[in-house]
Amino acid sequence: MQVTMTVNGDEVTEEIEPRLLLVHFIRDNLGLTGTHWGCDTSNCGVCVLWMDGEPVKSCTVLAAMANGRTIRTVEDLEQGGVLDPVQQGFVEEHGLQCGFCTPGMMMTARALLDQHPDPSDSDIREAISGQICRCTGYENIVKAIRWAATHPAQMEVNA
Amino acid sequence: MQVPAPVEYERATSVEDALGLLERHGSESRLVAGGHSLLPMMKLRLARPEVLIDINDLRELSFLRRDGDEFVIGAMARHRDVLEGAEAGQLFPILHDAERVIADPIVRNRGTVGGSICQADPSEDLSAVFAALGASAVIQSSSGKRVVSMDDFHRGAYSTAVGPAEMLVEVRIPIRPNSSSAYEKVERRAGDWAIVAAGAVLSLDGEQITHAGIGLAAVGAEHFRAAGAEEFLQGKPANEESFSEAARLVSASCNPVADQRGPEDYKRHLAGELTHRALRRAAARATGQES
Repeated sequence: MQVTMTVNGDEVTEEIEPRLLLVHFIRDNLGLTGTHWGCDTSNCGVCVLWMDGEPVKSCTVLAAMANGRTIRTVEDLEQGGVLDPVQQGFVEEHGLQCGFCTPGMMMTARALLDQHPDPSDSDIREAISGQICRCTGYENIVKAIRWAATHPAQMEVNA
Repeated sequence: MQVPAPVEYERATSVEDALGLLERHGSESRLVAGGHSLLPMMKLRLARPEVLIDINDLRELSFLRRDGDEFVIGAMARHRDVLEGAEAGQLFPILHDAERVIADPIVRNRGTVGGSICQADPSEDLSAVFAALGASAVIQSSSGKRVVSMDDFHRGAYSTAVGPAEMLVEVRIPIRPNSSSAYEKVERRAGDWAIVAAGAVLSLDGEQITHAGIGLAAVGAEHFRAAGAEEFLQGKPANEESFSEAARLVSASCNPVADQRGPEDYKRHLAGELTHRALRRAAARATGQES
């Protein structure tokens, strides 16, 4: 079947098998490998991207179900050489070590901050409660998201 | 790598369209809403439908609204919609208690009320909640709608009254005066299925219990209900003594099985203790001592 969707602002059309999962469509068909592929069971959250403005676990959505919808992935956070404050926050607060969970964490964080610009630590922990990090113990991820909340202006890359 | 077996895909544009597609494709077709139960089952080949009928465009079923002395939740209301529904939480605190501990916020963006109860997993939270609330289910086919009680809806593990060419369209909850409710769940980690969960709904006339509903998840309770304890509470004073005895009855009568989430005696203990806590909290809320 043919699907057409908007991915990071660009319309894409591809011929796919209906059983293809959105995470594989994004990574393998479109080459956007920033979205990671982890547990396959919607537990780990490394595959989180946005569909129609909401974070979803893309291992548990068929590409066919995204037909006609709008997708945003981690590649869209940086704009014109300027990092999203969430990305800068992960840099500033050492919010990652191996980096595997990071794209999903950042997409959830961006959605949280868009809705609640000044979340409490417990709001942050609740927002990322469906995502697993095996390096940081979460503490620095919470700090990174808090950093982004307190630095809403975007930062120049390499500035 | 887990991927579903080959499957055909159709997207329904309305309830009538979805029912027509179910009739056309027969019993090997399945509706998919949030997909967070069905797609994992398809990856494991525990489900192998030939045709998936996507009902995510059926916005007409994503409502929560009051209708006379009932509160009605559309089958396509997402967990997030329920959690954000102020009136639902005010009328039935049990709904928000439960929704806060169903899966995680991102899964709750997709998962639906209808999908959850149609999956009928024995550990599913909303099945226990709706059982406690004495809700009914509205099931539609091309020949019209029928309403079944939650007892009739639940036919056993992973089995419901919804036939192959039918779909659940609404859950209707009776609004009772002087009532409140609560849900208590113990899970291994955030977002997991319950080890055990218990929900309680109480209607009071002064100190006296005029109606009690107790729902249980993950302990093999028939229709997710503790009918014996409900009967016992009828007409009793809403106090610790009554709640202790109801909890003892629940603990003795439930039917948990040992698994990786815990041994049987532990689950039996939890069923009693969580029932007790839920009853205590429902009573405190009904009398305005707790929000």
